[in-house]
Amino acid sequence: MKRYRKTLQTAGKLFLMLLILLFIYAPLAWLLLSSVSTRADLLATPPRWIPEHPTLQNYRNILIPGTAVSEVARTFKYTLANSFLVATVTTVICLFVGSLAAYALARLRMKYRDAIFMGILSVRMIPEISLVIPLYVAAAFLGWRDKPIILIVTYLSFALPFAIWMLTTFFETVPIELEDAALIDGSSRLGTLFRVVLPVAAPGIVSTALFTFLLAWDEFFFALLFTSTIQAKTVPVAIAEFTGRYAVDITAMMTGGVLAALPPVILALIFQRYIVSGLSAGAVKG
Amino acid sequence: MTQASIPRKTLNLRQQEMRDGMWMLLPGILIIFIITLIPVLYTFVLSFTNTPLSNPRPQDFVGLANYLAFLKSQQFWQAIWRTFYFTVVSVGAELVLGLAIASLIHSRPPGWKFLRTSLIIPWAVPTIVNGALWRWIYNADYGALNGLLMSLGLITKYRAWLTEPATAMNLVIIADIWHSLPFVVLILQAALATIPVEMEAAAAVDGATAWQRFWLIRIPLLQPAILVALIIRTVEAFRVFDIIYVITQGGPAFGTVTISYLTYLESFSYGHLGSGSAMSFLISLFTLAMALIYIRLFYRPEVRA
Amino acid sequence: MLSKFRPVMVLLLAALLLSLVGCAPKAAADGPKTVKVLTMQQAGPTPEEMNEIVAKFNEANPNIKVEIEYVSYDALHDKIATAMATNPPSYDVVLVDDIWYAEFAKAGYLWDVTAKIDAQTKEKVFAAAWDITTVNGTTYGMPWLLDAKYFFYNEKILAEAGFSAPPKTWEELVEQSKVIKEKGLVEYPIAWSWGQAEAVICDYVALLFGNGGSLVDAEGKPAFNNEKGVQALAWMLQTIEDGISNPASVSYVEEDVRNVFSQGKAAFAVNWLYMYELANLNADESQITGQVKFGLMPAFAGSGVESATINGSMGFSVVDKSPNREAAWEYVKFLTSESIQKEYSAHLLPVWSGNYEGEALDSLTKLNEATPVTVPAFKAQFPFSHVRPKVPYYAEGSKALQLAIQEALTKLKTPQQALDDAAAKWVELQAK
Repeated sequence: MKRYRKTLQTAGKLFLMLLILLFIYAPLAWLLLSSVSTRADLLATPPRWIPEHPTLQNYRNILIPGTAVSEVARTFKYTLANSFLVATVTTVICLFVGSLAAYALARLRMKYRDAIFMGILSVRMIPEISLVIPLYVAAAFLGWRDKPIILIVTYLSFALPFAIWMLTTFFETVPIELEDAALIDGSSRLGTLFRVVLPVAAPGIVSTALFTFLLAWDEFFFALLFTSTIQAKTVPVAIAEFTGRYAVDITAMMTGGVLAALPPVILALIFQRYIVSGLSAGAVKG
Repeated sequence: MTQASIPRKTLNLRQQEMRDGMWMLLPGILIIFIITLIPVLYTFVLSFTNTPLSNPRPQDFVGLANYLAFLKSQQFWQAIWRTFYFTVVSVGAELVLGLAIASLIHSRPPGWKFLRTSLIIPWAVPTIVNGALWRWIYNADYGALNGLLMSLGLITKYRAWLTEPATAMNLVIIADIWHSLPFVVLILQAALATIPVEMEAAAAVDGATAWQRFWLIRIPLLQPAILVALIIRTVEAFRVFDIIYVITQGGPAFGTVTISYLTYLESFSYGHLGSGSAMSFLISLFTLAMALIYIRLFYRPEVRA
Repeated sequence: MLSKFRPVMVLLLAALLLSLVGCAPKAAADGPKTVKVLTMQQAGPTPEEMNEIVAKFNEANPNIKVEIEYVSYDALHDKIATAMATNPPSYDVVLVDDIWYAEFAKAGYLWDVTAKIDAQTKEKVFAAAWDITTVNGTTYGMPWLLDAKYFFYNEKILAEAGFSAPPKTWEELVEQSKVIKEKGLVEYPIAWSWGQAEAVICDYVALLFGNGGSLVDAEGKPAFNNEKGVQALAWMLQTIEDGISNPASVSYVEEDVRNVFSQGKAAFAVNWLYMYELANLNADESQITGQVKFGLMPAFAGSGVESATINGSMGFSVVDKSPNREAAWEYVKFLTSESIQKEYSAHLLPVWSGNYEGEALDSLTKLNEATPVTVPAFKAQFPFSHVRPKVPYYAEGSKALQLAIQEALTKLKTPQQALDDAAAKWVELQAK
């Protein structure tokens, strides 16, 4: 009887899982499907769950040089590269500067620590809209308009507070005894941070890196206003440009979406083990 | 929030610690100061003026007039209410579903690893594509939602989904949940993994029901993780803009105009930089207030020691 | 303890400061002038053609270098507005939509070129086109991308319903729709773009002027809440309730209308010119190729109006604060000249009346598969087009009117109440 109940329970769980997987994958399937359909197929009612005329034309347009019909498709790969550059550099800076600040906040007994911590958190709450005009004026003055550096700098405005905040919670989980031992052995504060704390908190650092990368990768508003050519234009802006004044190249847009989702997904899959254990470390301590 | 560890330094060392800390904080604070606080101060000044977007140097000071105008503006309060609705429903649903899914994963049913891996993907789809995707799914004439419901026999006639304000708002929320739920699940699931199995097992032996174990053991131990998820998601949800811009453009009948959207209209479409700045300040204040409330409610200093 | 640590910090700070000051802008060099142009994707000529035009321009003006940036339409307004915050501005020439001219003119963004347009140019470019770039008698640029909303119908569906001609009045459209609906040819005979966007204003303007109304009166006061305007809005609501207008129209913009119409799920549609080529000639995009026809936009019976539609064109303007205004204007003149437009009009319609006469007309109608149909349709419809009011608060006023129309269509307010509220908002905006 008990075994019977157990089987029933497992069956129930599997059913729930199926529902969740359906919720996750149905829109994804639609995304993929849209990227290989013609518009005529995509518009069919009832929906054609398998396209009548599947086509890889959109992928060819973007990936194979010389086949593109539109300027956006032709330059899409440059925007991928820009996004990668901007997101990576932003992440590296956030990790480096963020680790120092987070260590101080997590470990050192300082005056105003709580005030500083809340101050940094509240910076994360400022809407981008309220920063954009002064930043644009500054960018133009420095001659940084339409250069990747302006995106890196402006992305720090939201990515750095976020990174400091996450890293602080991760560092707090590192057993303090480890550091005390190192400090007593005469290691410097910075040496302790790099040789003792960072390796132990590695999972937390990897997850923070991924979160930060995704934040920068997904950013749209700054990129839209600060960049306009392939010198610095990022993927979300390129995807938005599949929209004309009236016409929207929806299948190309979905293709762009699939390609834009791939790099972060691959990164996340590679580092998945770290994300999960990293999150657990940070989350427990809150 | 300071460490409750045994005093391990002399006073002298403690001063040194303070100095080290300052040096380590300096680069971060400096960067934040230059790229956010200066612009923020600038916008703060702007919020007391009627500066137009066309000439963004502070001019035409009007004191508190912008802020006072909001108090009287029905549109403003409706947008605030909608933003609260969006935030509470989406974050609330994410939390409840997140807890349920995390618990499900935690109980290790067959295939749980696949589920956990799958969860990451929606998160990586760019917001702007996410919006376009859902807009297409919800389309009344050729969308997948109508097609799916029809083939399942749940509806007999295609429905226009985005033509009624309340429905449109809820559908935008679903799209947002699809994108953000994975983040919450991953945080909670990871926290669950660190709860010692013995605690719940011992409670079970003492005769606690599964429900009691959930509320009395699991939830309290998860509180810090819930706090992290709550704060991060609330801050994001309260500023929601992109996904609404793509799916409904604020329609129908302003039914999905949130406070960020209104700020965008005010500053950029209408060119009222002054009152737009005032509005964005209020957003920051509201978010900060909510974060403080959460911390009051959930923060347990003893957990951190 | 700090000895190892301080140099690192100092270096880091130094690097930070250096990177901030090190990249200050270089002073503009003498010699060749650079004209920076901001235009949009899919704005007439392709980027390759735009480059060819620049090459031709450089034959006569070797000292002017032209750099063109393309952005999406949705980004264009915000990019222009932000670019003007700097001095000198980031662009010398910008593409401006009809409805932004008054706002930009009031803000002082654009260079007054009234005196630079000679009498011949003035006469040979369509009067309705000058309405685009002219605010209170001052001209701020050359018109570009002439467009209007057209009335499309599906010839096959009409034939099956037993009609040989498209409706001439909106009343007739309702009659034909009832038959089409009864015969089960389509569920909702007409699709509109009545979503909360500028699109709904464009459709409303066509109906409003088609009922003998107008958005503002001679003194510039809102007039859309008079009897004519309320009738037009009430008609919109009524057609939804009768199942003649697609109820999803309330959430649709132009592209949704094209999708529904291209699917054969509507017998009629109101849309911009771009729909013709995609719906009638492109089998990857449409299931109704060969069935799409133009009709003159209907009007309401008894209004005394033959036809009315919206003029939705754009213009190229020179930025007032630009240091290279003369050079920029040279380029604008060249780009919009009659001879260039004759050659590069496969994706847009020329603004010069001369392009529609004699030999030029022949070559225009032979540019591609669509022009033999679109050029006559343009000639027939464009004279009936109306511009939206040139008021600096247009964006805000339009949003208020969009809200009013949507409130009426979702039955939150009666048409009269909704339009009165919007009119009150317009009066308030005027007073500011």
